[in-house]
Amino acid sequence: MSQGRFVRLAERDRPAIHISIDGTRVRAMEGDTLMVAMLAAGGTLRQSEFTEGNRAGFCLMGACQDCWVWTESGHRLRACSTVAEDGMSVTTSQPGASWPNHG
Amino acid sequence: MAEPRVIIVGAGPAGVRAAETVAAAGLTPIVIDEGRRAGGQIYRRQPDNFRRPYGDLYGTEAERAKAVHDGFDALGDSIDYRAETLVWNIADGHVWTASGKAQEALPYDALILCTGATDRLMPMAGWDLPGTYSLGGSQVALKAQAVSIGSQVVFLGTGPLLYLVASQYIKAGARVAAVLDTSSFTARITALPDLLALPSVLWNGIALTRAIKAAGVPLLTGVTPVAIQGDAKTGVTGVTVRLGNGEERHFAADAVAMGYHLRPETQLADLARCIFAFDDLTRQYLPVRDGDGRADAPIPLYLAGDGAKVLGARSAEASGRLAALAALRDLGLPVDKGAMIMLRREVGRYGRFARGLAKAFPWPHSHAAALADDTILCRCECVTVGDVRRTMDVTGAAETNRAKAFSRIGMGRCQGRYCGHAAAEVIAAHGDFPVADAGRLRGQAPVKPLPIAIGEPE
Amino acid sequence: MTNPVTHSDVLIIGGGLMGSSAAFFLRHAHGKSVTLIESDLVGRQASGTNFGNVRRQGRPIHQLHLANRSLEIWRKANKLLGSDVEYLQSGHIRVCYRERSENIAKMEEYAADARQNGLDLEILTGNTLRDRFPFFGTDVVAGSYSALDGHANPRLAAPAFARAAQKLGAQVFENTRISHVTKAGTDFIATAKDGRVFKAPILLITAGAWAGELSAQFGEPVKLTARSPTMSVTEPVPYAIAPAVGVMTPLEVETVYFRQVARGNIVLGGSTRGPAVAETYRSFVKPQNTLTQLQQLRRLAPALARLNIIRVWTGIEGYMDDSLPVMGPSGTTSGLFYAFGFSGSGFQIGPGVGQTMAELIATGATGIDLSHYRVERFTGVK
Repeated sequence: MSQGRFVRLAERDRPAIHISIDGTRVRAMEGDTLMVAMLAAGGTLRQSEFTEGNRAGFCLMGACQDCWVWTESGHRLRACSTVAEDGMSVTTSQPGASWPNHG
Repeated sequence: MAEPRVIIVGAGPAGVRAAETVAAAGLTPIVIDEGRRAGGQIYRRQPDNFRRPYGDLYGTEAERAKAVHDGFDALGDSIDYRAETLVWNIADGHVWTASGKAQEALPYDALILCTGATDRLMPMAGWDLPGTYSLGGSQVALKAQAVSIGSQVVFLGTGPLLYLVASQYIKAGARVAAVLDTSSFTARITALPDLLALPSVLWNGIALTRAIKAAGVPLLTGVTPVAIQGDAKTGVTGVTVRLGNGEERHFAADAVAMGYHLRPETQLADLARCIFAFDDLTRQYLPVRDGDGRADAPIPLYLAGDGAKVLGARSAEASGRLAALAALRDLGLPVDKGAMIMLRREVGRYGRFARGLAKAFPWPHSHAAALADDTILCRCECVTVGDVRRTMDVTGAAETNRAKAFSRIGMGRCQGRYCGHAAAEVIAAHGDFPVADAGRLRGQAPVKPLPIAIGEPE
Repeated sequence: MTNPVTHSDVLIIGGGLMGSSAAFFLRHAHGKSVTLIESDLVGRQASGTNFGNVRRQGRPIHQLHLANRSLEIWRKANKLLGSDVEYLQSGHIRVCYRERSENIAKMEEYAADARQNGLDLEILTGNTLRDRFPFFGTDVVAGSYSALDGHANPRLAAPAFARAAQKLGAQVFENTRISHVTKAGTDFIATAKDGRVFKAPILLITAGAWAGELSAQFGEPVKLTARSPTMSVTEPVPYAIAPAVGVMTPLEVETVYFRQVARGNIVLGGSTRGPAVAETYRSFVKPQNTLTQLQQLRRLAPALARLNIIRVWTGIEGYMDDSLPVMGPSGTTSGLFYAFGFSGSGFQIGPGVGQTMAELIATGATGIDLSHYRVERFTGVK
């Protein structure tokens, strides 16, 4: 899904930053949360652990814990409470079973 | 002797006013806030580089929001403010904090919990689809990030926030597909006497309804949610509800904001070993406190704002002040007793109004009994309504914590915040006993995920 | 005199894993009528809140016969009980740190003895260890691997045994606190706080941390110390770590262990235990113990430091001074049996304990050597 889920309604003249989602460089804006940066560019944040479906967050206030994503380096971020920073690199899929083996 | 240490958790309207009150008495309270900036959720501030004026962000509450923000900013060094800091546990006379990898255990002489509220949710088919958001979350998207949660949004649920957020979306230029309220218009008439406790707030509410209708957005009351349709991978495509006359209505949408009023964040009160009692009107367990916010706990503990009981932001300011005065008084410091009397009266008025809201926008508990077995009840663990019913049938579990142990309901990352109330209703309905007997999910630390890296050098 | 009286062949006080499995085997294998009494809810304390290790290695060599017997039950538990207890034969590895490399020799010695007693262990060091289990930290120098050990879900196990016993005709009474128990003639008479009376010619006390007050009523006071394990669980992450892992060390603080369940969550246990008061029926995790546990975990498996824990819990366990249970017949009273005080190590052997006690009660003998567990080692009564 190339279309973004979230629709920007105002504050559209902020400086651009770029993040990488699944290896694709995506434009976002300074002041975006990681969640907004991801969902302004795409439809979902992550795979569900227990179903075939995807998730796109729920509460946006750090309570539901639905929006935890993996970074490219294997770390975890709660997308709604993390400020997007230029150069951030995240994935929307679950890592492979070798995730604990890299130090 | 060192000055008594007062810790305030939360920096929304209650926390800010409590901090102000404690600072005014010459103490330096520690204010611990999960947010990046004070304001809480309802008066949440936008990032520094955003430019929208207060009126755009907070509507009729702009002045109050600004007053809370200004009040906080004026405190400067007279408080010890810890932003982006989680209180993950309260135990052994200490508040246990985490901020990034840094952790601390802070002892206290008085603790004022102003933990705020989150949306109260009733599950429905499809609420786990991408594009379904909590009502409060949809408001945060707009207020704090200037985005709409979708290009065509259905607002579904009940409560004053439903109308407020829908009208804010319309005003901001978002496309709102429909506003669908589960409570009936007649319930509002019944609640009028209590709602008249705050005529101006009541009037604001009526104006919101008018604004939604004037924008040509369908506004239906007395609906029963049927399903959110969509694709598990790509998300929401529409919402179906049933009207009072049995007719089904479908609305195309790529996003749903749902919420049934709010529920207090009581996990920290629970960990601090507060006593809880069942509230018949709102059908939930609430921490017990006296009129000033004093809780029944081993170490002086005060509860204020929506984190104790949902009475709204205005009440939160008053109850934050009142709890702080009660704490100061219990610490043996001089306090203005006249101010306490005034504040008690004010909080009482909000209490009456909140009673009216609970009657006007009732928690649709009977929906729980009607949920289909394949409906996801716990979004975190993907536990279905049927899983819980079967667990009860097989194991005899007749209480939420026991059902949790056997079915994983409420065992996920959110710790039952979003399924706990509905789970209790499902359990009570299936077991055919009062929901009070279904109990409540006991709070377990950490109240939010705690990094295993905690305590590691940065 | 209108209090209801329940009669049965065997009365069991204590609905943990020991009592529940004993009730099950008394019905299943011996056809005895059984009444199981639990003061709280079945399996809610030590049996339901422990780590869930189905681990034989590390147990005293003399206990392995019992542990092997129990393993056979775990392997067929789902079928036997008609209920999934999430038993996973995932392997178990016990490791030691560089600082305590003297433990490698101990591991080898233990492995040699264990092989004589039906437990096959493979000692792994250096690159062999690292190649097979690349998630270990650099402090880990050796591991003793048992392919046939694993883990199960403690929340489900004891209740599954109790329900299966019930299906076979056992009577189970929860929320029933026995205030007084005595023997009059050939019958034991247990009186509940609410006045209900339970009678049986055989009494089995499996009341964990609460057992001391009951054994004392038969002239066999024992010292039981109530403690609370420090338990945590992570968010679900892709299944990647098969074996349950534990550390071999003389220091309690270093004794961290973890296992990943099939759904993906990683359960953590060990390190410092907290105090508990059995009478309160509730215990709390000390936050400092959680922090210490996480610190120890990072040393054991550094990559886990990227994850979060989402919940902590504990329960009330009964510890004996020598860490061995009291198991077998009373020294003072005929028809009275004990199985309690498993000192934080009862989960794996639980079903075996139930089967053994049932056998002992029903037939008067068992092939399992119980000489190390005699109550007389504390009471001195012969």
